[in-house]
Order: sequence, then structure tokens, then C-alpha cells
Amino acid sequence: MQTIDLRGVTCPTNFVMAKLELEDIEAGTTIEFLLDDGEPVKNVPRSLKDEGHKLLALQEKDEYYVLTLEKGED
Amino acid sequence: MAEPKIDLKNLKAGGFIKERGKDLFTVRLRVPGGRMSVDRLSKIAAVAQKYGKGYVHLSVRQSIELININFADFDAVVAELGEEQQKVASCGARVRVPTACGGCEYNPNGLVDTQKSALEVDQKLFGTATGHHKFKVGFAGCPFDCPKSATNDVGFQGAVWPKLDADGCISCGLCAKSCTEGALSMGADNKPVFDAAKCIYCGDCIKVCPTSAWSAEKKGYTVRIGGKWGRRPLIGTLFATFVPEERVVDFIACVLTWYQEKAEGAGRVRLGDIIIREGWQSLLERLRSEFPQYVVQETIAPHVIQNQVPLPGQQA
Ligand code: SF4
Ligand code: SF4
Ligand code: SF4
Repeated sequence: MQTIDLRGVTCPTNFVMAKLELEDIEAGTTIEFLLDDGEPVKNVPRSLKDEGHKLLALQEKDEYYVLTLEKGED
Repeated sequence: MAEPKIDLKNLKAGGFIKERGKDLFTVRLRVPGGRMSVDRLSKIAAVAQKYGKGYVHLSVRQSIELININFADFDAVVAELGEEQQKVASCGARVRVPTACGGCEYNPNGLVDTQKSALEVDQKLFGTATGHHKFKVGFAGCPFDCPKSATNDVGFQGAVWPKLDADGCISCGLCAKSCTEGALSMGADNKPVFDAAKCIYCGDCIKVCPTSAWSAEKKGYTVRIGGKWGRRPLIGTLFATFVPEERVVDFIACVLTWYQEKAEGAGRVRLGDIIIREGWQSLLERLRSEFPQYVVQETIAPHVIQNQVPLPGQQA
């Protein structure tokens, strides 16, 4: 599974980068994003869900989160 | 008798305030909720340009004040503003222009449509004579309460009651971490556990949940009554929760009637001081008879803020 590290990237750039990554993969594919604690983890998952992707898991690690999602249909 | 130079009808509504300089007045224009169309703003700017001396002032309650207006120009100022679109704001013992923050329309924190509420109160209650003293109403969109709702005679604060759909929860723990009130914790099954007694209805859990497992079961206003600022400040206290937006005007009208009755003969005394004198039970019972489902079981008297000189226990 592909893992995209968005740690150290602030809002809303992290969301835009995630969106661009998702454009390059097939619908139904699972992908992981690493997100900083704080604003990024509060905003990015919700915004991606609003774009029609399916959130599978969001797990807390040391000072960051791993978001696993399945790309939705366009 | 000579023709009066100005139309005194325009003065009755209030909103004309004497300034220091000879013949000069401030004309206070009402801006309910602090929002106005750019067209009106342009018109006001043109009138201010023509009759003022280069400045306007934004009042602390969101009105625009045309300053340094010569009283001989009143009629022209009122006519050019277009009395119908731009009523002057009241002074004196009346219901004042309601204030409000941006609310939910474009502010991400807003939970209710404060702008709509402010407009409605302005249309239906603005200028109502209280018989005693001024009467202020303010609307905050959420418990952050930027407009300081509890310093109004009746203050409204947007509120939401959260409801969990446990099946939609992916156990990320964000809601429990975001709840600053300690009303949420993660249970043994890795789903959030809600402690209703600690919840202040801020809706942060709903906003942060990535899967929308939290949603709003009900929305409305938390209402605090009896606040004021000035020389002897009082902080209003809790009288009702989840008052629906469409009942706001009726709710204020009920408080107003109680105030008009109970302050009879008391002179210029604000609502909060009347509540302290009469006891909060009296107002609470009155409100409960009309709004049983929203009024709380009991409350406390408005808080007296001891910030005045000399401080209690000290001699000046
Ligand atoms: S009270 Fe809430 S909705 Fe209103 S301006 Fe403050 S944060 Fe925004
Ligand atoms: S509404 Fe606010 S206080 Fe209540 S549980 Fe949710 S986050 Fe906590
Ligand atoms: S934020 Fe939503 S998904 Fe995460 S634990 Fe709370 S309810 Fe579950």
C-alpha cells in the first residue's frame, strides 16, 4: 500500500497534496496518509470524506496519525 | 410662529445624540447584527462625506455613527439616507439594536443562524419602550461567545446536542481528545462514552469526527438573562437551553413583559437588578409557563461583578 507523508505540511496545503495524490490512483485503491496531530488531523480526514472517499481507519501514533482510506468513485 | 427648521418626528425615534460642539450631533444608524449591504454602506459614506467632517465612528454595538452633523441638516441627512432603508438607532429606555457575530452562515464555528435571529428581533422588537431602562439583546453563534452574550439583558448562545451513531465510528479517538470539557472518553469497546452532565453543547465532537458518526440531535440557543455592563456590571445567568430559533422573539417578549410589570415605579433600573430584587424564581416561573420544554429547573441570580472602586472591604 502507498503511504504519503504529509507531516510538516500545514493546512490547507496538506489537503491539496492529498487530493493530487488521489487523482493518480484507481477508485477502490487503499492509500495511507501520515498527518500531524492538531489542525491537520482535525481537518484533512473530514475534507477527504466530503470529497467522496471512504475513511477506513485513523490511528494515533507518536505525535502523528495514520489515515487509511479507499479512493471513491469520481 | 416661525416654521420649525427641523422635523421633530425624526428626533423621537432617538439615535440623535448631542455632541460637545455647538449645534453638532451624532446620528446613530442601526446595523442589526453588524451586517449591511455594500450599497447601503456606500450611501452612508456619501451622506457622511457631504454633511460630516471626514469621519464616521463604529459604535461598540455595531452601529455606524455619523459624527459632527449640524442639527440644521437633520432633515436632509434623514431624507438622503432614505428613512425606510436606514432607520436611525434608538437611545433611551427601549429595546436596542441586537448585536450578533457572523454565526453559522460562513463562520466554521457557528452553530445557528445568528444573523437571521438578529434581523428578526430588530424587525419585531426594536424600539419597544420598556418604561424603565434600556434593553439589550445579543447573539453568539457558539459557546466561544465572541459577542459576550451574558452581558446583555437577554443573551443567546448557539448550542447543539450531540448524538452518536456507534456503527459509523472508526475508533480514532479524535472526539474524546477534542472535547475540552471532559464530556467524552474512549470506552472499553473503543467507542466514545458521553457524560451529558459535562457537555456545554459546543459541537466540537461533531465537527472533528472524520466519519460523521456524531451528528446534531437538536440545535437552538442557550439563554442567559440579566446581564449588563457599565458602572455596576452584572453577568446574566442560565434560564433556558435549546430555545429554537423560531421562538426567540416570543421568548424575549415574555421577558420584556415581566420586566415592564415588575419594574413598575422602580425608575431607571435594568432587568438584572429587578431579577435580584424580585428573586429569579419569579421570572423563571413566568418563562416556564410559556416555554416549559426549554426553561431550566432552577438558576441563580445574575452575578454581581465586584470590580468597582472601592473594592469590597476597602475604604477609598
Ligand atoms: S461566537 Fe462562535 S460563531 Fe460567533 S464569531 Fe465567535 S467563534 Fe464564531
Ligand atoms: S458538544 Fe462539545 S462539550 Fe459536548 S461532548 Fe461534544 S465536544 Fe464535548
Ligand atoms: S471522532 Fe468519530 S470516528 Fe473518531 S472516535 Fe469519535 S465518534 Fe468515533
